[in-house]
Amino acid sequence: MSDAKTAIPIDHLATLARLNFEPAAATEARLDLEKIIAMIDAMQAVDTRDVAPLFHPLDSSQRLRKDVANEHDRREKFQTNAPSTSDGYYLVPRVVD
Amino acid sequence: MAPPVTLRAMSKALAAGQISSRELTQEHLKQLRNEPLNCFITIADELALQQADAADKQRAKKNAHPLTGVPIAHKDIFCTDGLPTTCGSRMLENFVAPYNAHVVELLDNVGAVTLGKTNMDEFAMGSSNESSYFGSVSNPWDPERVPGGSSGGSAAAVAAGLVAGATGTDTGGSIRQPAALCGITGLKPTYGRISRYGMIAFASSLDQAGPMTCDAEDAGLMLGAMAGFDAKDSTSAQRDDAWLAAIAESGIPNLGRSLTIGLPKEYYEDRSHNAAIEAVQTVLRQQGHQLVEVSLPHTHAAIPTYYVIAGAEASTNLSRYDGVRFGHRCDNPKSLEDLYRRSRSEGFGAEVKRRILTGTYTLSVGYFDAYYVKAQRIRRLIANDFKAAFADVDVLLTPTSPTPAFTKGQLSGDPVAMYQQDLYTVPTSLAGLPALSMPCGFVDGLPVGAQLIAAAFQEDLLLGLAAQYQRNSDWHLQRPGGQRVSTEWLA
Repeated sequence: MSDAKTAIPIDHLATLARLNFEPAAATEARLDLEKIIAMIDAMQAVDTRDVAPLFHPLDSSQRLRKDVANEHDRREKFQTNAPSTSDGYYLVPRVVD
Repeated sequence: MAPPVTLRAMSKALAAGQISSRELTQEHLKQLRNEPLNCFITIADELALQQADAADKQRAKKNAHPLTGVPIAHKDIFCTDGLPTTCGSRMLENFVAPYNAHVVELLDNVGAVTLGKTNMDEFAMGSSNESSYFGSVSNPWDPERVPGGSSGGSAAAVAAGLVAGATGTDTGGSIRQPAALCGITGLKPTYGRISRYGMIAFASSLDQAGPMTCDAEDAGLMLGAMAGFDAKDSTSAQRDDAWLAAIAESGIPNLGRSLTIGLPKEYYEDRSHNAAIEAVQTVLRQQGHQLVEVSLPHTHAAIPTYYVIAGAEASTNLSRYDGVRFGHRCDNPKSLEDLYRRSRSEGFGAEVKRRILTGTYTLSVGYFDAYYVKAQRIRRLIANDFKAAFADVDVLLTPTSPTPAFTKGQLSGDPVAMYQQDLYTVPTSLAGLPALSMPCGFVDGLPVGAQLIAAAFQEDLLLGLAAQYQRNSDWHLQRPGGQRVSTEWLA
């Protein structure tokens, strides 16, 4: 399907996935991904004309519930895991100057 | 190596007052402190003894569940309120979940004692337990070899007699393959049978929890406690299967009829350990079952299909780890983007990054239809293969894994070779079907497993057939170091 040998834009994928790779690690990641994509491409040989995708393994639909709040506020407990908070807010580096 | 004991033997000893849960728990904890296999990430001494004392009180009131006071372990993928839940990752090294997974809640409610959290491949991505941030696990049959994965800590702990039962999870074989490689019994139930609430997500349309135990009887006992509808999991199945409670009460009933058992020819092309599987076939024939060859023609496409779907779902699920609300955060981030990228790069290991990149690629603009949708179409063909087979047969019998336990480091440099370990387990996962691995012999002194597969929600057939097989074989009784599970513990 893909022209994997030339087409894998590892830097772009790393940006989309919010990951950094040192140059040597980027090369290794690209080579691994090329092998994986080549393996995956074997599925292109399967004739899937007129076959509907199966998104739920038992072909069931998602159960819905009434749109009412059923969780109470547990912010304090949840924030015990947060790397940095202040006054109930999560702190991150300044986004707007 | 500790002498192996079954869950129900401990249950009987507790019920008869021969031992208290506190004594039993202390014995187990003592063993865990010096265990050399690295099966555990967290040992929960304090919690375990609290739960044991509560169980002893409950037993004294004479209204106990069979698992009340019986020590078990949880794979470190299940959220436990007050105990670390790492998922085998640096990303969650210091994470203490603010709530319990539904599975943990149910086992707590019946009074099972949590000894600790077992080691696993990082975020359940792996077939060898080598991708754990907390170090690899050794196979108790040969410490130079892997226990399989991703539930390798649970499998090795049960095989080594450190614990009689442990929870596991299975996305593409992560209960069945380590069960086979460690010589224990592992059951992946039907998708939806057990709630995924509080089970850290890898691939949400595939993930399923299940029991890992010495034998089918104990697997049935544990399944009964773990299964059930949960409103907090939108894919939880609403079932009313009376046999689940009946097994906890009185064990697995006799099958009571002869089955037609299918042998999918695509699973028998590699003949490396067919002798063990052929011996299983002989035992099953002797029990009056009819064995017939069947075909599952899309089996060869299952590995690529699985790695597209699992990678896509993993890249989506793992986008939540951004260093903001919980999990690892890098030092001195210069910007929000820098915080995201460095936190994720430092927190995730190589295999997790590989799967995220695979998923990011197959979900990219221009590739979504060609990879992701294509894989979902093949998934239907694979599910249809099983449907067609189950029109003619009751159960399928296959090998569980292509090889016995391999040496540490043997496959870790070649991800595609490692992915082939899942050859016999991923088709079932894609179709959401229940499957059980049971010990069926040895190759070069290492245990191998046989896999039984049934139609959706027919775990009772799997357990019934496995229990019958185990009443007529003794592979499941053999333990590392020449030990055996004593038959007095099987009653």
